[in-house]
Amino acid sequence: MGLDFSIVPKYMDIILLGCAWTLGITVAAALLSFVGGIVFAVIALYAPWIIRQPFRLVEWVFMGTPLLLQLFLIYFGLVQIGIDLPAFVAGIIGLGLHFAVYNSELIQTAILAVDKGQMEAARTLGLSRGQALRKVVIPQAVRDVIPPIGNNMIALLKDSALVSVIGVSELTLSAQRIIGKTYRPFEFYVLAAAFYYVINLGMEWVQRRIERRISLSR
Amino acid sequence: MTDQTAFVDIRHAQKSYGALEVLKDISLTVEQGQIVAIIGPSGSGKSTLLRAINDLDALTGGEIWLDGVQVNKSLPHRQYEKHINEMRQQIGMVFQHFNLFPHLTVRENVTMAPTLLKGLSKDAAEQLAREQLDHVGMLDRIDYYPSQLSGGQKQRVAIARALAMKPKLMLFDEATSALDPELVDEVNQVMKKLAEDQMTMIIVTHEMDFAAAVCDRVLFMDQGVVVEEGPPEVVFRNPTQQRTKEFLRKHLAGAK
Ligand SMILES: Nc1ncnc2c1ncn2[C@@H]1O[C@H](COP(=O)(O)OP(=O)(O)OP(=O)(O)O)[C@@H](O)[C@H]1O
Ligand SMILES: [Mg+2]
Repeated sequence: MGLDFSIVPKYMDIILLGCAWTLGITVAAALLSFVGGIVFAVIALYAPWIIRQPFRLVEWVFMGTPLLLQLFLIYFGLVQIGIDLPAFVAGIIGLGLHFAVYNSELIQTAILAVDKGQMEAARTLGLSRGQALRKVVIPQAVRDVIPPIGNNMIALLKDSALVSVIGVSELTLSAQRIIGKTYRPFEFYVLAAAFYYVINLGMEWVQRRIERRISLSR
Repeated sequence: MTDQTAFVDIRHAQKSYGALEVLKDISLTVEQGQIVAIIGPSGSGKSTLLRAINDLDALTGGEIWLDGVQVNKSLPHRQYEKHINEMRQQIGMVFQHFNLFPHLTVRENVTMAPTLLKGLSKDAAEQLAREQLDHVGMLDRIDYYPSQLSGGQKQRVAIARALAMKPKLMLFDEATSALDPELVDEVNQVMKKLAEDQMTMIIVTHEMDFAAAVCDRVLFMDQGVVVEEGPPEVVFRNPTQQRTKEFLRKHLAGAK
């Protein structure tokens, strides 16, 4: 039946809404993965054994099993123990924690790579270990991993399509639903791809701005 | 027993890494306002001794006292942390490699610790930063990041950062060793100024001329012991120990 992009405008509102969901979930999950990554890194490096060991297990679950399974578990599984989360919240938590574990790996390595003299200088001024970590070591470690964390966030954007399986009408699911009505898969998948690309560009732009801001501070 | 303690009183300091004895029963007193230089060959334990004074490297034996308070007193872990953080606020330290915080501006490097630990207001912190940076001639770089400074400028900011805590004692571990020769003097000038302000200082240095010019006393260390100590004119001109003579022969010949 050939290609016909002229029907696209008619469904633009649905696509844009899907876009908004994708963007919202991605940003929220990215923030969670960032803060979570720092918290996980600190636990992995500095928490007492009794906290660190069970935490390892959680970490393994998030790294060693499919994200899809994790989303099912959080959305469908937790209901059974009385935790009934809205689908988009389950999606944000699943994506956020999954990528937090990856970010944590990066941040741990970066923390260990910060020059020992930094901790010493901070302690010499009278800062406690916690204060020195918070004010001196962790900011530098995070600064050093902005580029690879940026890569993780692009991966997070792409994986956000997975939350469609628990019924969140994000970009991919919106496209699918339109295709169900119009039988025009090519047009709408290409359109969705174009929007992913735009969001991607936006994220890269943000990352470059952050990198430019911190370029002096190394 | 409360015998009178000197302002800085190091008693029988002993430090081992496993079987390696790095400090062997070192005792040293420094009166308020005095400046002591520590010289000696590489590996003799100079840094270890200096870093023991603020417990950056814990001694394995002996006591460190500052102004009547034992720095390394034995306390349960939590209490000790609180105690040592308080003691360290009173002991400024300047490192060979500056160790400025690269993610903070010059201003923030100076104000971070006083703001955090003494709860200074924003205005008070700003005033403190200006005062301290002016003192080391770095006020015009207050908004710069460390990466934008020369080595000499970095070290002057590091000194201002330490002084901002209003320490009772300043420790310098080869503060000019990492600097290009033409930048050494600006840092030495700042240290001279501190000497004029009657700051108590312990200075590990390879610069014999500087030590001779500003110090009240010179300590020559070798292999974890104080081999010889006295006023600079005596230690440098008329050393009594053979090891001191050899060390000085090499260093004074090599230096000029
Ligand atoms: N963490 C450590 N573990 C084992 N040995 C150490 C450690 N730190 C220092 N040492 C050893 O202690 C000795 C004294 O070192 P220190 O750094 O105090 O010497 P220094 O007099 O400051 O020398 P330099 O002039 O080269 O700075 C050296 O033999 C050194 O190898
Ligand atoms: Mg040394």
